[in-house]
Parts: sequence; C-alpha cells; structure tokens
Amino acid sequence: MTRVGVITFPGTLDDGDAARAVRRAGGEPVALWHADSDLQGVAAVIVPGGFSYGDYLRAGAIASMAPIMQSVIDAARVGMPVLGICNGFQILCEAGLLPGALLRNAGLHFVCRDQRLRIETTATPWTRDFSVGDEIVVPVKNIDGRYHADAATLQRLEAENRVVFRYAGGNPNGSLNDIAGVCSEDGRVVGLMPHPEHAIDELTGPSTDGLGLFRSLLGVLAAA
Amino acid sequence: MTTVAPADTVANAAATPDQPQPYRELGLKDDEYARIREILGRRPTDAELAMYSVMWSEHCSYKSSKVHLRYFGETTTEEMRARMLAGIGENAGVVDIGDGWAVTFKVESHNHPSYVEPYQGAATGIGGIVRDILAMGARPIAVADPLRFGPADAPDTRRVLPGVVAGIGGYGNSLGLPNIGGEVVFDRCYAGNPLVNALCVGAMRKEDLHLAHASGVGNKIILFGARTGLDGIGGVSVLASETFSDEGGPGRKKLPSVQVGDPFTEKVLIECCMELYRAGLVVGIQDLGGAGLSCATSELASAGDGGMHINLDAVPLRAAGMTPAEILSSESQERMCAVVRPEHVDEFLAVCRKWDTLATVIGEVTDGDRLVITWHGEVVVDVPPRTVAHDGPVYERPIARSAAQDELVANAPDDLPRPADLRAEILRMAASPNLCSRAWVTDQYDRYVRGNTAAAQPADAGVVRVDEETGRGIAVSTDCNARFVALDPYAGAQLALAEAYRNVATSGAVPVAVTDCLNFGSPEDPHVMWQFQQAVHGLADGCAQLGIPVTGGNVSFYNQTGATAILPTPVVGVLGVLDDVATRIPIGFRRSGDTVILLGETRAELGGSEWAHVAHGHLGGRPPAVDLAAEQRLARLLAGAKALFTGSHDLSDGGLAQALVESCLIGGTGASVTLPGDDAFIALFSESAARVLVTVASEQAEAALAAAAEAGVPARVLGTTGGTALVIDGVGELPLDELRTAWESTLPALFG
Repeated sequence: MTRVGVITFPGTLDDGDAARAVRRAGGEPVALWHADSDLQGVAAVIVPGGFSYGDYLRAGAIASMAPIMQSVIDAARVGMPVLGICNGFQILCEAGLLPGALLRNAGLHFVCRDQRLRIETTATPWTRDFSVGDEIVVPVKNIDGRYHADAATLQRLEAENRVVFRYAGGNPNGSLNDIAGVCSEDGRVVGLMPHPEHAIDELTGPSTDGLGLFRSLLGVLAAA
Repeated sequence: MTTVAPADTVANAAATPDQPQPYRELGLKDDEYARIREILGRRPTDAELAMYSVMWSEHCSYKSSKVHLRYFGETTTEEMRARMLAGIGENAGVVDIGDGWAVTFKVESHNHPSYVEPYQGAATGIGGIVRDILAMGARPIAVADPLRFGPADAPDTRRVLPGVVAGIGGYGNSLGLPNIGGEVVFDRCYAGNPLVNALCVGAMRKEDLHLAHASGVGNKIILFGARTGLDGIGGVSVLASETFSDEGGPGRKKLPSVQVGDPFTEKVLIECCMELYRAGLVVGIQDLGGAGLSCATSELASAGDGGMHINLDAVPLRAAGMTPAEILSSESQERMCAVVRPEHVDEFLAVCRKWDTLATVIGEVTDGDRLVITWHGEVVVDVPPRTVAHDGPVYERPIARSAAQDELVANAPDDLPRPADLRAEILRMAASPNLCSRAWVTDQYDRYVRGNTAAAQPADAGVVRVDEETGRGIAVSTDCNARFVALDPYAGAQLALAEAYRNVATSGAVPVAVTDCLNFGSPEDPHVMWQFQQAVHGLADGCAQLGIPVTGGNVSFYNQTGATAILPTPVVGVLGVLDDVATRIPIGFRRSGDTVILLGETRAELGGSEWAHVAHGHLGGRPPAVDLAAEQRLARLLAGAKALFTGSHDLSDGGLAQALVESCLIGGTGASVTLPGDDAFIALFSESAARVLVTVASEQAEAALAAAAEAGVPARVLGTTGGTALVIDGVGELPLDELRTAWESTLPALFG
C-alpha cells in the first residue's frame, strides 16, 4: 500500500482528517512528527491544517523551520509530491516551496463555508483525475486565507498554468485573481487554503469531491 | 529590582490575632470571617484568607443556590442514575452511551468577563469548559455556545457581539473543536449583562474515566501547562496592595482581572493529557479554573484519602515577586494539576517535554488530613481542605413572588392587534433579529474539524460521531426562552427542557441526559430567588418525568444592570444518543415531492411569543402549555420511525411560519401547504410546544401517519415539497429568493 506521510506540529488540527482521507482513498497514512527528520520512506507528504505553534509570529512561519520541514524541502526538490492544506499551504509558502503569501481575510473574520472551486490544471499529481474546468465543493475555513503575490509572480503563475484551484461563486477572502491554490514549477508541490480532506463523505462534509485529490495522488504513484 | 514581600505565616497569624484584615473587601461577611477564625482557631493568614474568600464566593461555593440545587438529587431516581457514571459535584457529568463509550458534557457561564472584555472573556469561557471536560479523562469533541445580547441595533451590542463571536472562534477554532450549535438571542434585558455560556462535549472509553481526587500517600502533585501570573486575580489584589507600597518590581504592573487565553497552549495541553491518560500515568486530575490553585488543591485534597503538602516556591511564575495569596488565587489559563505515583513521575515529565508543556512537581499527598502550603520555607497555609472546598456558608435567601408577577400574567396577548397582511408578517418575522439566519455568527466557527460532524447549525441539534467504526454518536442542543420563564418560571424552565429535548429528538436521537446553566439576577432579590427556586423545581420535576437526569451544570447569579435583573434564563442542554449517526434525520426540505406533515397540536398560545415581542414589544400572559408526556411520545415516534423521515424541524420561536421558512431555505426546496385549523394567524405564529415539522416520501405518507397514530402523536398533512417558493394556501406565495434576502440580510447589515 502506498505510504503517505501526514505531519503533526504542535497546534496541528486536521492531521486526523488528512490521514482519514488518505485511508479512504486507499493509501496508508504515516504519522510524521515535527521534531523528527526521518520521513520514514513515505512516497508523498501532506502538511495539514491547523494553527501550528499558534500561528505566532506569522501563520506557518515557525513550522517552516521545524526539523521535519527540512527533510520535506529536500525531498520536494527531487520531486516528492507534497500537499499543503490551509496552514500547510501557509507553511509551504514560508518554507519557500511555493510562491506568495497568505494574508488576513479581506473581511477580517474567520470564514467557514462550503466553497466552490474550479480545477485550473490537471498537470499536478494531486489533480490528475480531474478535468480542467471541473467544479468541486469543499469547505474553506480560515482567517488568514487571502492569497497575495507581487504582480510579476502572479503573471508568471498564470502564464505557467500554476494556479491549480480558483474560487468560483464568490471569493471568500479577497485572494488575488481568486486564487485558492497554486503549485511549484514542477507541479509536484501543491498548496491550497480550502480543505479537500473534509469533503470525503456526504455524512460529514458537503460532498465527496475532496477524495479526488488523494485518489489522483495514489494513481500517479501506482503508475510510477 | 524584585521586591520580596514578607510572608504572613501561620506562626505570624497566631502571634498577631488582632491584626486587621481586609476580609470585607474580599467579599466576606462578618460572620463568614468569624467562622474562618473559628475553623482555624486563629486568624487566617493572607494566603488562607485569599483561599477562603474566593472558594466561599457565590461563584465557587453556590452558597445561595445549594439549598435549592439539592432538589435535583432528591428527584433523581435510581433508574435515571443507571446511565450516569459521574454526576453533580464532579467537573462534569458522565453518561454511558453504549458499546463501552462514555460521554461527558457541561455548560458554563462566562457572562461578566465577556461584558468587560468580549474577546478574552468569551475565549477563556471556551478554554475553561474544555478543561473541565478534559479533567474527566475525556477527549473534547465539540463545543456549542448559547449567547444572549442586548438589542441587535444597540451601539453596545456592536461592541460586545463581534468580540464575543471572534473570541469563541479564535479560541475554539484553534483548539480544533467543531462548534456544532448554540443560540443567539437579543433582548433589552441583556444590554448591560450579556450571557456568554459555553458547552463542551467529550468522549472516552468507560474505563478511562478520571475523577478529581488525591489519593495514595507519597503520590506527587504535578502542575502542568502555562505559568502562573498576575492575570485574573481580581479581588485578591487588595491583599497585594497592603503588602506593597507601590506597584512593586518588574512584571507587577496591575493586570486586568479578565484572564487572557492562549489557545495554542491549551491545544497542546489537550494532546499532552490524552497521551498521559493512554499511558496510565494519572491517578487523579483537576483543571485550574476559577480560584486557580486554591480550588484545585483544596478540591483534590478533600476528595482524596489523605492530606496534601504544596511548595509554592516550585510553581513556575510569569511575574516576579508574587505573594502566596496571588499565586494561590491566580486564574492564569491553560493549567492542570495531576496526582501521579512517584514511580511514574519521570515518564509523566517526559510526555510533557515531548509536547513542550511545562510540568513541575509542586507537592505530594501526605498522611495527615491537612492541606499545608509552604513558601520560602515557612508555612503560609494550614487548613482542613474540606472547610475550604465544601464547607462554605449556605444561605437560605428570602423568597418572595413579587406582586408585579400578577400584573405580568394578567397582561394577556389576546387583544393585541393582528396583522392584516400575513404574507408580509412572515417576511418581517423571518428578518427579525431573533429569527433571522445566524450564519454571520456561525460561519466564524469551524464546524468541520475532526471530520465527525454529522449536523451543525442551523440544524436543531448538533450531531457528532463518537465511534468511526460503528457510527455511534451523540446529539446535543441548548435552549431557553427566557420570556416564557419570566411569565412562569416553573413552566418556563420545563419549556426550555422540552425544547432542548425535542431538538435532540428531532435529529432522531434518544435523549439521555441534561446539563444546565442557570443565569439569574441577584440572589439578594427575593423575587429573583423565587424565580430561581421555581425554575429549579420545574426543571428537576420535568427531568424526573422525562426520566433523564441532570448530570451537572452551573449557576450564574448577579446578572443585572443596576437594580434590573435579566429575564430569568435557565439554559438547558440535552444530550442524546444515536446508534449510528448516518441514520440521523437532517433538517430542511431537501427533495421535491415529499409530503409535509405537522406533528403535534396547535393551540392559540401567544404569551411570550416571538410574534408578540416583534410586533408589539409585548411580554405578558401565560407561556404555552407544557405537556412532557406529549414530548415523550413525539420523541419515541421520531427515534422509532426515523428511517421514514427525509427531514425534520422543530417548531419553537416564530411558530409554524418560521419552521416552514427555515425548512425551505436550509433545504433549498419550496413547498405548497395548507394551514391547519381555521385561524391562519394562530396556525402561523402560535408557539405551542410538542410540535415538529417532518417530511416523508409521498409513498410513505400513510405509513408515517399510521406510525404517528400508533405513537399517540397528532399528525396532519400540510402539503408537498417542491418548486422555488413557499406557497401557503390563503396567505400567498413567498419566492425563496425573497425569503432568503429577508432571512439572511439582517445580521450582516447590523454587524458588517
């Protein structure tokens, strides 16, 4: 079974949900601890949501310096798939694996709602099973979710087709270009603010659309 | 430089019996102070005085309510106790929910701090109730917040409400606890005294239940979590100002008496406790809340089988130069106190290090029967712990039903002018502050985290899965219509119970236990005490009739602005069990072509109703009739035949009109209905109890009616779901877009 790491930092909240999503998609979640540097031979890593280190200093800033993140950065540089969700996205931006930053929501409030997202590229291991233009519904829940990057970076992201998810039916936080998620140059590292791991079961989420990300990954890894 | 205050030791106290002490400033009465001297056989030290004064306060000792709360115990039968693993007196009640699972839940108030400092007051309210649940050995799994504010358009509500909501979100979201329900109520009576109550639910395996007791001579007392600082000290600062001529050394600046929360520390504390429990390293545990170490040490010691020695020099401090009285009274957040076997101490400390949680051995269980506390090598406290924790004063406050109550009841709503245009009235009611969508509030709370939420607001009850394998889970709801309680405290408390019970039943769950947060005015006002006594009796008698016990709760007195008390607000929380949360009945009209059925009987009951309040600002008459037997029949029908129902919604504030509007908007489907009876206005706006709106697949309508008849529940087909409008025969057509604008615009327009 494909082993997928899920990191727990002090203050991580959605690690159990990410592990459940991996399991539901047919993979084997492996718990990774922030203070270790051993990735335990996993084939991919999820950096889950929460408030790592209380989001003190800046959301994701302290976590990006954790020992486990150095290993993740090294592995990502040689192509290991990495998914950052919410606080995980913020951490990947702080760690320099993804461009841009996440700022306080335009309305200054925490926003929890079911959000429509448009899939903008399938050229990542996390979106391969979708089609460009597909709309999915997954929860968004954060207070620092407003994507920001300088004009040149934005232009480059758009030109290189590296916007992976875009808000549809209303931008919840004032993100530039309605950006909900982006990827690295090689497409292997993806970060998004909304929570696909909370949309894997009609009983507990607004849809099962989120499973598509985890199934895409396992499919890509199985084919490799 | 750091000032070190001279300690007021036991020896010093014995030698200086006549030294004046500021006991009145600390809230103690002359006879209470005399009683302390009698217990100790000398004057108390500063530290002892601080402990007694805070533990004998109304908040900690329940001195005005105790004589009334006993009635809960007297009315709880053995049968009701059968499911109860722990009850009143513990940090929180614990109920057996089957398959080896136990659930603990409790609702508490944080009213006054939230008025002074809305964000931190509400945040630390969540923090406190979560630690109560944690101290039972349970993992906290959900929170809910019953909130009450002044008028929605009052300027001060604009200060208080956004802060409270952000505080609840800021703290609860950071803990990773889904917020699954609660209430938001506006009324003039809360303008100078908002009610911020917080409920938490926790789950554990039955064998993991932990109780707060310090047993086993030689066992170590470990304080872990945050450092102890000068925040939240409140009244005890009068002792400090006696010892210090100015504000003292570094870190001694006066701090606000409302504590400041750090949810990150608490989240780590939760995970740390879970690991400590799993490893079997804890003999007894107690959270530090109101009264801080004074409360934790005296309660642990008096519940144990020996004495206790505490060394205050070991307590990690945030500020230099804190006095023993301050250390003992500090209400710094995010702290727990554990009793640990000596051979487990190293392992305990190692788990705490893994979670970067500060942990310190501060004392041990002794073979005496005294709580002895030393500081700088000298004894500053030497007391029988029970006298601090449990033997506080008990008052029989005067009780009198005020003559104004008769005028209130006589002022019936029967002759209030009725609206000419019922369609417009439905829209106006849907947009009114107490009935409009709560999304502006609840969208600031995470309802998804942990991935077990099967229903959350705006559902009647929050539903959370406890066991992922079997789907076993719980439903919980809190309710109180304070206007009903004002009109008749006995019946009103039962109506609050009935509504929470019905909301849980509406999800298809079987109600099993009750918690309460009794928010009232000053106990020194005989009319308030009459309201309190009536409400307690109504609630206890109601629970006995329904066969579900009150497992714990909280009393909050002195909720008033000047001499004007709030409407009596006994918030009732009911917990129910679902064998499989996948079988829950969802809220709303979700499919077209379903048959809409009204369960229960509608009478002309407008006393205390939302319509009388919105249309006329009227409060008078009698509240709706209580019929707990009918509530029970309704609950049995909903739980027994839940597979039949495609949707359900409780009828309460705003009556059938509001239930129809919400069912359409939440489910996203319209309906065409004919109103029951011959008085459309009463059918729409009466608030008769024991009623639920359900939908069934049309081919199941006969079966549903038959099931209702068999259960003894009146049932009447109102119409069919479908379309993009709510069409009410004889009233008019209400397009869902128009309804949605009315329902959803109010709070965003007021609060941005």
